[in-house]
Parts: sequence; structure tokens; C-alpha cells
Amino acid sequence: MPQIFHHSTNTLAKVSIVGGLLLASGLIGLIMIFGRSSYVTRAHEFIEQPLQFSHAHHVGDDGIDCRYCHTSVETSSFAGIPPTKTCMNCHSQLWVTSPILEPVRASFRDDRSLRWIRVHDLPDFVYFNHSIHVKKGMGCETCHGRVDEMPLMLQENSLQMNWCLACHRSPEQFVRPRSEIFTMGYRPPVPQAVLGPQLVQEYGIQSLTTCSTCHR
Amino acid sequence: MAGSQEHPHDGAAGASEGALRMTPAVIAPGHTFESVTDKISGIVLTKRTPIGWFFGFAIAFAFLMLMNLTIGKLLLTGIGIWGNNVPVGWAFDIINFVWWIGIGHAGTLISAILLLFRQQWRTSINRFAEAMTLFAVACAAMFPLLHTGRPWLAAYWLLPYPNTMGLWPQFRSPLIWDVFAVTTYFTVSLLFWFTGLVPDMATLRDRAQSRAGRVIFGVLSLGWRGSARHWHRYEMAYLLLAGISTPLVLSVHSVVSFDFAVSVLPGWHSTIFPPYFVAGAIYSGFAMVMTLAIPLRKFYGLEDFITMRHIHNMTKIMLVTGMIVAYGYANEAFFAWYSANPYEGYMMSNRMTGPYGTLYWSLIAINAAMIQLFWFRRVRNNIGLLFVLSLLVNVGMWLERFIIIVTSLHRDFLPSSWDMYAPTRWDFAMFTGTIGLFLSLFFLFIRFLPAIAIFEMRTIVPQAKLQPEHHG
Repeated sequence: MPQIFHHSTNTLAKVSIVGGLLLASGLIGLIMIFGRSSYVTRAHEFIEQPLQFSHAHHVGDDGIDCRYCHTSVETSSFAGIPPTKTCMNCHSQLWVTSPILEPVRASFRDDRSLRWIRVHDLPDFVYFNHSIHVKKGMGCETCHGRVDEMPLMLQENSLQMNWCLACHRSPEQFVRPRSEIFTMGYRPPVPQAVLGPQLVQEYGIQSLTTCSTCHR
Repeated sequence: MAGSQEHPHDGAAGASEGALRMTPAVIAPGHTFESVTDKISGIVLTKRTPIGWFFGFAIAFAFLMLMNLTIGKLLLTGIGIWGNNVPVGWAFDIINFVWWIGIGHAGTLISAILLLFRQQWRTSINRFAEAMTLFAVACAAMFPLLHTGRPWLAAYWLLPYPNTMGLWPQFRSPLIWDVFAVTTYFTVSLLFWFTGLVPDMATLRDRAQSRAGRVIFGVLSLGWRGSARHWHRYEMAYLLLAGISTPLVLSVHSVVSFDFAVSVLPGWHSTIFPPYFVAGAIYSGFAMVMTLAIPLRKFYGLEDFITMRHIHNMTKIMLVTGMIVAYGYANEAFFAWYSANPYEGYMMSNRMTGPYGTLYWSLIAINAAMIQLFWFRRVRNNIGLLFVLSLLVNVGMWLERFIIIVTSLHRDFLPSSWDMYAPTRWDFAMFTGTIGLFLSLFFLFIRFLPAIAIFEMRTIVPQAKLQPEHHG
């Protein structure tokens, strides 16, 4: 009887065993990597805003406190986006003819809000409250990164659930004194391994990991 | 095993059985290597598909399409199309899951345990019983996947893998044990089935007339040449797989029973559940093998290979396991009384005299009373009657799961939460749809693969005994 398959099929068959396994595990691995990539999470992606507002300049160079603009961060779930009037507090005196600030002046003149594009956008099925995080000693920097070094605002972290849970499962690794919440480039004065558990104790921080903490 | 009357069997089937035997043989006399191979491979390699095959497949396929329709409706609408309600949060989805998984167990018992016990009569029924196992597990898997409503999310609900939510399944839940039990079962069963098919694939490759047949069977036979080394490795692999499969016969349905036994609900929270479920699984599985074997041997003229010996032995196993199941029912009733627990007592009296009492007594009538017919040789020789009885056993075992699940849930501790459960037409569409899937796969199987292990059948023809170096 004539041969159906070429002699090389023997090798091919053996290779296909290993190859099949590698292909399957490689594909699964790729899917996992893809799901965590910034292509999906949109982390570290500069977002085009109606106006090139630089946190690096206002926070880093000028040293304006976060709360000057984000006024409700200590009392509300939402940190607050400043109205144009807040900009005009200074910019009615400074750079009043700068062409780059024309949209701000136009907004003020016409009484029309600037349409900022949200950078940190959590899904609607997640309940998040800024005030309690600030109250319990979570620094802005912990989630938002070095805002004082960002010429355009970007999302520093993945905002994926395991990222939230990393802190909710062990808050002592991330907590800082309440006096340091708005500090950028904070370094713990004593090792975090010592300070963290103390602050957790002092602030009464619970490790809240039940589903309904965030999914209400 | 059997009585010792020295007379041929009565009934129509006796004639073909070789008269004057105490027990019918596992293969009819007069067969040679060649006649066995011709007969079995002929079913696959024939150019003319029997018209009856098309007829049967069309019906099965229609039900398969009904299943697809139901799944489409389910995915678009949600599981609200089912009759599940608040006290009865689990109904057809788990009833049918347990029923299908149970059916699979006979295949594994036949292929693994009977192999290790060197029961020659397994030889002609193991191949299609294993196929039955695979198809039944596939049907079973439909239900837990679809009851999630969003099966594309089932990956992280069911399987532990490092996902971006940092979530793991609840390892203390028997439902996740179920996932492991069933996936292991399917994988091992598939390997076992395929390993057993390899030498037969080579036979079909060598006999195939068409180029396509030679290539397809050639790929599937993995380069089998039938050398002594091949046979040695094959035998070793097959034995090892049988060893791995054997504990699965007991463990898989034990784990399925934990879905209930681990809860604290009267009617579920019972230590008898694992053995009672395993016996019930084997019982219903053999009934399904019988349901498939009787038409198969009739329409394809395989009475020489699937003889009355096989039918008798399967009937006897059904009798034994059915009696164990009946003992389980008696035990449940006894402990409901002996525990003096009012909830247990009410559960039992509600089963017997409550709104689902008719179903309870139907299942007792089938699984405890009717199977006593299997004691009689006249019944065991009556193929037509056995076919009907095997179908009824399948009905009985389905009713058992319905009773266990629905009557325990619908009236629990708080009378204020009591309610009735009634399946909707979508429930029935899904259930009959999976039967369509099962039968469609089975029709494809008997058309395209050898439904009986050719090379194993060759080992039991008298010709094989003459050679000193026969394998087996």
C-alpha cells in the first residue's frame, strides 16, 4: 500500500504535541497580558483636553494646594472640577492676553462651562468616595501618582479591581499621616512597616473587601 | 451469575443465541477476525448511509436546533424564561445536570472497572458507552454554564485563574469542586476513549476507499502500524487510563452529591448522598446504555456482537444498583422518622403526601417496584419490554432528581417563604434540546466512527484463542 503521508509527518506529529501546548498557553498568556495592558486600561495615556492645563505647572511650579481647585475632596464622594471662576481668580490678573487662555476667558464671558474630559473614569457599577479615603489617610499621590510632574493629566494606575483590592486587603502598606495627604513625593519618616500598622490602628482603618463595599 | 437450566431461552431473541447454552456467549459462534472487522468497519466505510439514519438524525437535529433557539432566547432575555423562583432557585438546570452526569457513569464503569476486573463482556459495549459518557457530560455541562445567564463570564466564575479583579472562586463551595470533578472526568474520559480508538482508526485507514477517508483516519490513528512496540505501549497506556478512571466512577458523582449534602437543608443534608448518588448514576447509566444498545444492535444487525449475555448482565447491574437506590429511599424515610427532627419529618411527609406526591410515588413505583421485574429471566429475554423498562428507568431517575431538588427547596424552614415550582416551556425546550444534542452526536458517532471496538472484538473470537501470543 502506498504511503499516505510523507516521512516528515512523524516529526510534525511529535512537534505538534509540544507546539499545541505552547500555542494554547501562549494564547492564554497573551490574552492575560492584553487585559492588563495600557491599551485596555488606558493608563499612562495623555488625553486631549479643550485646554492644555498643566498640573506640573500649577502644582509643581506654583505650589497650589489640590484643594484650591478640588474643593469637595474632603467632604464629598466627588473631588470636584473647578468652575471657570476659580481659574479667573488668578487669570483675570495674570496672562490676561495670552492666546492659550482664550477658551477660559470665553467660558467666563459666555457663562459656558469648559468641557473637561474625565481622566479617571470608574465604571458606573463601582461606588467610590473620595472623602472617606482622604479621611482614612490615603494620599492623593497613592492613586493619582505624581500629579505635580504631569504636564497633561494622565491615569497613573490601571484602576482594575485587583489594584483597588491590593490596598483594601492590606491598607497598612499605603496609609500615610493625615497631614501628608496632599504632599507630592511623600517619603514616610519612619519605615512604612512600622508606621503603617500604627496608623491603621489610630485611624480605625478596616480592610473592607466585601462585594457590597464598592458594588452597592 | 445465571441459572443453570439446560434449555434454550424462550422469546424471539433466543433463536439467534446459539441454543443449548447455560449463558449466552459474548460473541455469537462462527465469527473470525475478518468477519468481525468487515462487519464493524463496514458500518463506517459504507458509501450508502441507511435511510433510517437520516430519519433518526433529522429528528435529533431538530431538537438540537430547539436547544439553540432556547439558548438564544436565554442569552437575549435572561434566565427569567425558566420557572425558577425564590425558594426554588435551582430547578431544571441542576436536575438535568445531575441526570446527564449520572448517565455518563455507566460508560466509565464499563470501560475502566470492568476492564480491570477482566470482564470480557465489556468488549462490545465499551466503545459506544464511552461515547455516551462524553456526550452526556457535554449535555450536562450546558446547564451550569447557561444557568449563569452570561456564560461568557463563566470563566472567572468557575475557573481559578489570576484575573484582573483579584477574585478567586469560593474554594469552600461544592460547586467549585463540581467544576474540577466534571472537567477532570471529561478530560480523562476523552483520553480514554480516543486511546482506545487509535488501533481501530488504523484499521479504518487501511480499509478506507476514498483519499479523504485515508487521510482523516490516518491522522487520527497517529501513525499506528500495529508493531509489537505499539501494542505494548498501547496496553500500558490503556491500563493506566483505566486506573485513573476507576476512582472517577465513584468520585465524580460523590462530588455532585456534595452540592446538596453540604448544605443544611432537610432532604439534602444527608451522609447517605454520595453512595446513593453513585449507585443511582450507574443505574441510570446502564439504563441509557441499554436504551442505545437495543436499537443499535437491531438496526445495524449487531446481535452477534451485542448478545443476550450483554443484555442480561446490564439488566443485573441495573437490578443491583437500583436496589441500592431503593435502599437509599428507605433510609431517607427511616431517618426522617428516627431523627425525630420536625423539619426532616415534615420534608418526608411533604414528599409523600404534598403537592409533588404523585411524582414521588411514580419514582418509587419505577425505581423500587418496577425493577423487581429484572429478577425474571423471561423479562430479561424480552428485548422490547427491556427497551421500555430502560426508558422508564431514565424517567424514574429524572424524577428522583426532581423530587430531591424541588420538594426540599419549595417548603423549607419558613412557611412564609413557601412556594410552588412549575417548569416553563423553555425549561422543557432546553431539556429536550440537550436530548437532541446527545442523540445528534450519537448518530454522528455511529456513522463516522466504529461503534464497537474492532480489535478488542477480535480478541474474543475463537480464532484468537488458538494463538499462543494473543493479546488481551
